[in-house]
Amino acid sequence: MNYLIKGARPYGGDPADILIKNGRIAAIGESLSSTSAEVVDAAGLIALPGLVDLHTHLREPGREDAETVETGSRAAALGGFTAVHAMANTDPVADTAGVVEQVWRLGQEAGLVDVVPVGAVTVGLRGERLAELGAMADSAARVRVFSDDGSCVSDPALMRRALEYVKAFDGVVAQHAEEPRLTAGAQMHEGNRSARLGLTGWPAAAEEAIIARDVLLAGHVGARLHVCHVSTAGSVEILRWAKGRGVQVTAEVTPHHLLLTDACAESYDPVFKVNPPLRTDDDVAALRAGLADGTIDAVATDHAPHAVEDKESEWAQARPGMLGLEQALSVVVETMVETGLLDWQGVADRMSVRPAVIGRLEGHGRPLAPGEPANLLLLDATTRAIVDPATLASRSRNSPYAGRELPGRVVATFLRGVPTVLDGKATK
Amino acid sequence: MKRHLLEAADLDRADATLVLDTAAQIDQALAGREVKKLPTLRGRTVVNLFYEDSTRTRISFELAAKRLSADVINFSAKGSSVSKGESLKDTALTLEAMGSDAIVVRHSASGAPHRLAHWVRGSVVNAGDGTHEHPTQALLDAYTIRRRLGRLEGVRVAIVGDVLHSRVARSNIGLLHTLGAEVTVVAPPTLLPVGVGSWPVEVSYDLDAVLPKADVVMMLRVQAERMNASFFPSAREYSRRYGLDARRMSLLDDDAIVMHPGPMNRGMEIAAEVADSVRSTIVEQVGNGVSVRMAVLYLLLGGNEPA
Ligand SMILES: [Zn+2]
Repeated sequence: MNYLIKGARPYGGDPADILIKNGRIAAIGESLSSTSAEVVDAAGLIALPGLVDLHTHLREPGREDAETVETGSRAAALGGFTAVHAMANTDPVADTAGVVEQVWRLGQEAGLVDVVPVGAVTVGLRGERLAELGAMADSAARVRVFSDDGSCVSDPALMRRALEYVKAFDGVVAQHAEEPRLTAGAQMHEGNRSARLGLTGWPAAAEEAIIARDVLLAGHVGARLHVCHVSTAGSVEILRWAKGRGVQVTAEVTPHHLLLTDACAESYDPVFKVNPPLRTDDDVAALRAGLADGTIDAVATDHAPHAVEDKESEWAQARPGMLGLEQALSVVVETMVETGLLDWQGVADRMSVRPAVIGRLEGHGRPLAPGEPANLLLLDATTRAIVDPATLASRSRNSPYAGRELPGRVVATFLRGVPTVLDGKATK
Repeated sequence: MKRHLLEAADLDRADATLVLDTAAQIDQALAGREVKKLPTLRGRTVVNLFYEDSTRTRISFELAAKRLSADVINFSAKGSSVSKGESLKDTALTLEAMGSDAIVVRHSASGAPHRLAHWVRGSVVNAGDGTHEHPTQALLDAYTIRRRLGRLEGVRVAIVGDVLHSRVARSNIGLLHTLGAEVTVVAPPTLLPVGVGSWPVEVSYDLDAVLPKADVVMMLRVQAERMNASFFPSAREYSRRYGLDARRMSLLDDDAIVMHPGPMNRGMEIAAEVADSVRSTIVEQVGNGVSVRMAVLYLLLGGNEPA
């Protein structure tokens, strides 16, 4: 099936028609016509390249009650994504070629988004010895991003070796920066609010110390480093310094760290418990500025579905993490576009182009231009709606945006010319 | 009064004063009586939901409810469905279905009473949650200070010890500030939270310097195990720098009092001769605890009829 998208605004610019043929963009221009193509009325909608998420937890294998590759893929497509990186902290852990190939194959079968497995850095995420990184890289899943996310590769010697080793196949280590001895029992950002709420603090320094160490290591061995979910103003400063010195470091920020603060913890509602924790207004401002000036390369969701019983509990007992795929673009519109910090080209760059480059994905993050793969989304940026977790495609309900009004609605998503979302609904 | 008592901030100055005045009326009404019982809460049900062992607090609440003629159910986490993995929410809904009018909850997780209050229609009273708050302890402490010193406004209170992990300290700081007292916290810097600068208190690391200017010294329980996490080098060094012994007690004004929420570590934060001295209000605090908890239950459940 071919499609003729009428009147969309590529990157928010002047209206144009986009003709999709055989999975590729065949033409972009005024008053295109085609006898064989199905017409999609996109008047007023913004067209962007399909989004790429560097950080998604799909929970399969192991916690299919919280999410599956299929339900997570559907959530991703509805959020405008055409590729997501599936984190390795499943059960069993994605630390072998067998597990990453299983996840990759499940993604292919679901067919809603390209599911790109992330491989564990260390066996069982235990931080003791390297997993078979080369085998995962050479597998059908073609792993390029390696992460022990959820745990920090805290042993500096092991981290150095991992950074070096993955150079052989142009891989990157994505670090969950958390000094474990400084965050034992930590429940929320350490500051005035944690002092009053009596919740054990997670100091900003525990993140910044690891990032500082790792950029020095990456610079020393000439390797690529990616920093997951940067959450503090200090981290942004360290990244800016490292990039200025030519270190090959990239970084991501989550939608929730762009919007929410530790004030949310005052309700003791564990839907707001996340790792790294929600920080302060000053941190939010620094993260937005860092994303705007490119110090932070990408927005990544850290979509972390959890079953009801893992969230409807005491704060300390609850598992950390929140949903993100379906609201990520809306949050970026609210925090970055409507504030004037990013234009639509900038949104495409931080949510599609750069994450695809970091993950070394071919066919994603490409410009909207003739000859390119037809991975794109259509966004209605003019509507606002209140988030209702009951209507989400994710199997879980732990959205921190419940009851909050956010702008923008993804009307359609195309994966290699095939609509995965039309009229705001998943096609399968 | 609000429907729940979850933290000191739930009480404004008028509410807090009302609780203390009501406790005083209750004390008067019961003074010299042989049967220490009022009919006020007849037919009402109070549940003591204790996820942490605390015999003294549970007995105090139980006695308070019984003296107001309420039916009391003690629901301790051990040996019940709770230890078999039932969630806090399911337990709350079960208790509510059984017709509880108030739930008195003690829990090791900060904020657990807030969650409970979110799920039930009845009143929730926080009997201590994690390292967050213990508001009835603060009320009984304020009541004790007022009885001994005749006022709270302008009273200088030193709170000494493990402020970082103390729910008693958090509640006292909040309530005493509301009632116009001036609080100084004294501790080694490791046992003060990052963020203490945002609290309405003075901060000192030097107990000897604070004692001569204190009307009230409130000693907090310090667990010796804290030294294993390097909060301080040894129990001996802690007690030498921050313990209240006879020499330090002599630095106090003649009328100053010494308080402790119990249970005490004699020889650690407080010397036996201090705990047993005439300045000590420790036994009195226990008795006042029952009166203050009666006042709280009465005001939350009984409404505005006279006690
Ligand atoms: Zn992480």
